[in-house]
Amino acid sequence: MREWHLKYRKLKNIVFHMALVFAACAVIIPLFMVIQYVMIKGFNSLNWDFFTQIPKPVGEVGGGMKHAIIGTFIIVGLAGSFAIPLGIICGAYLSEYGRGKIAALLRLSTDVLTGIPSIVIGIFAYLLVVVPLKQFSTLAGALALSIIILPVVIRSTEEILKLVPRHIREAGLALGLPRWKMIFFIVIKGSRSGLITGVILAISRAAGETAPLLFTSFGNMYYSTSLTNPIASLPVQIYTYAISPFDDWQRQAWAGALVLIILVLGLNLISRLIMNRQQLGFGRRK
Amino acid sequence: MKSESTLKNTISGSLSQREASVFNWAPQKQDQFVFASMRVLSSFVILILVALMVMLIKTAWPVLVDQGTNFFTQSIWNPVDEEFSALPLIYGTMITTFIAVIIAAPISIMVALFVNEVLTPKLAKLVGLFVEMIAAVPSIVFGLWGIFYLGPFIKNTLAPFLKEHFGYLPLFQGPSFGIGVLTASLILSVMITPTITSICREVFKTVPAMRKEGALGLGATKFEMMLLTIVRPSFSGIVGAIVLGTGRALGETMAVAMVIGNQPQIKASLFAPAATMASIIANEYAEADSEMHIAALCGVGLVLFVLTLIVNLVARSIVWNYNRSSK
Repeated sequence: MREWHLKYRKLKNIVFHMALVFAACAVIIPLFMVIQYVMIKGFNSLNWDFFTQIPKPVGEVGGGMKHAIIGTFIIVGLAGSFAIPLGIICGAYLSEYGRGKIAALLRLSTDVLTGIPSIVIGIFAYLLVVVPLKQFSTLAGALALSIIILPVVIRSTEEILKLVPRHIREAGLALGLPRWKMIFFIVIKGSRSGLITGVILAISRAAGETAPLLFTSFGNMYYSTSLTNPIASLPVQIYTYAISPFDDWQRQAWAGALVLIILVLGLNLISRLIMNRQQLGFGRRK
Repeated sequence: MKSESTLKNTISGSLSQREASVFNWAPQKQDQFVFASMRVLSSFVILILVALMVMLIKTAWPVLVDQGTNFFTQSIWNPVDEEFSALPLIYGTMITTFIAVIIAAPISIMVALFVNEVLTPKLAKLVGLFVEMIAAVPSIVFGLWGIFYLGPFIKNTLAPFLKEHFGYLPLFQGPSFGIGVLTASLILSVMITPTITSICREVFKTVPAMRKEGALGLGATKFEMMLLTIVRPSFSGIVGAIVLGTGRALGETMAVAMVIGNQPQIKASLFAPAATMASIIANEYAEADSEMHIAALCGVGLVLFVLTLIVNLVARSIVWNYNRSSK
C-alpha cells in the first residue's frame, strides 16, 4: 500500500513537471513564431527603397516608408523631450521628498496613468490638441505618446533614486551643498545609467504604440516634418498597409513590422545590457 | 526613514543657526525655490489626469443625456442611425478578456514556477528574458501576425477540430472566417502572459528558502513542495497578478482591432466577429463626423477608463497588501 502511494506521488511529480515544460513551450513558441514569421516575410520584402522612398500612388508597385520612419523619430523625439525631463523631476520629487498630499496624489496619478489604455490617452490628446487646431497634427501625436512615457519614467526614476544609499546624500549635505544641488548633481547624476535604462524602456514602449496615433498624428502618404500637419508614423503606416487589399502594400507592412520589431526589441535589449553592465550607479542591484 | 529626517533636521537646524548670523541665506532660498517648482511640476502631472477625466466626461455628456440608460442596455450600435449603445462592445471586451485570462492565468503561473524553481539560474534568466520580450513586441506586430497567420490557422485547423469534438456546444457553432472572438482572445492571452508571469515570479520569490527546504526535508516531492509552500501561501499575490493581467487585456487595442472583425454584435459563437470597446474607438474615431458619434465614442472610452481604473486599483491594493504582509 505504502509502496503504491509513493509511486503515485512520484508519478504526480513527473506529470506536473511535464506540464511545466509544456506551459513554458506554450509561452515561448508563439514568440518565436511571431519573430520568425516577421523575419522571413520582412527580409523578403525589405530593400533599399524601403528606407529611401515615400509611397508610390495606389496601384504602382514599389515605394517605401522613409516618411514614416522619420515621422516616428520626430513624434517619439518630441514626446521624449517633453516627458523625460518632467518625468525625472517628478520621480526625484517622489524619492527625495515623497511625503505629503501632493506626493501621495502624484503616486496615485502615476499608477492610474500607467493603467489607462493607450487609446483613451489618444482620445484625450485628440480633444486637447486636434479639436482646437481643427486638424490632425504631429503635436497631438507627440502629446499622446508623452503621456504614455511619463508615468513609466516617473516610476523608474523613483525606484532607481531610492537605491542611492543614504550616506551619499548625507555626505553631500555635510559638504554644505544646498539640497537641490545634492539631488541634481549627486543623486541624479550618479544614477545616470539606471535612469537611461528606464528612459530607453519607456521610449521603446512608446515607439511601438499605434492606437493613440490613429486619430492624433493620423498618417500621411507624403513626406512631412511640419508640427501642425498630419504626419506618418511606422506603426500607423503598417496598420494602414496591413488592412489594405493590395499585395504590394501588405508586403511593405511586413517590412515595416520587421524594422519596428528590430527597433523596439533592440532598444529593449540595449537597456537591459546597460542595466547588467553598470551596477546602476551607487546602488547595487541584487 | 525616521533617523534620516532627524539627521536632516539637525543639519538644516545647524545651517539655519549659522545663516542667521553669517552670509549664508541664499542656499535655503534656492532650496525653497526648487522645492516649490518641483511641487508645481508634480501638480501638473496630477492635473493631466484630472483634465483627462474632465474632458472625457464633458465630451461624452451629450450621449449619456441623449441615450440615458439605453447606453448600457440596448444591443444596437449603429452610427448611421445615431443609435448608440455600448452593451455589445462591453460584451466583446468582457468575453475576449475572460477567455484570454482563463487561458493565460494557469500557463503563466506554471511558467513562473518553472522558471523560478526548476530551471538552473542561467537558463532561468534566458527563459525569463524571452517571456519579457513578449511584452516588448508591439501590439501591431501581433495584429499583423494574427491576420496573416493565426487567423488562417484557426479557420483551417483549429475551428474544424473544435467543431468536430465540441460542436454540440453553442460556443463552437457557425462558420469561422478566421477572424473573430476566438482569434482575438488567443492573441490577448499571449500578450498578457508576461505581465502575469513576471508578477507571479516576484511573488514566488518572497517565499523563504527555509520553508521550501523544510517541505523537501519532510519528504515532500517537488510538486508537493511547490503546491504547499509556494502556490498556496501566495494565493492573494497570484490573484493580484491575474487582475493586473486582466487590466492589460481590457485596454489592448490594435492586436484585437485587427483580428476581431469589428462587428458590434452579441453572438454565442466564439467564431463570430465582434467588437471591443477599444477596437471600436480605433476603428471609427478618425472617421466620425457627427457630434453625437464622437460623443458616443468618448462615452465608450469613459466606460473603458472607469473599468480599467477599478481593475487596476483592485489589483494594486491586493499586491500592496500582499507585500506589506510578507515583509
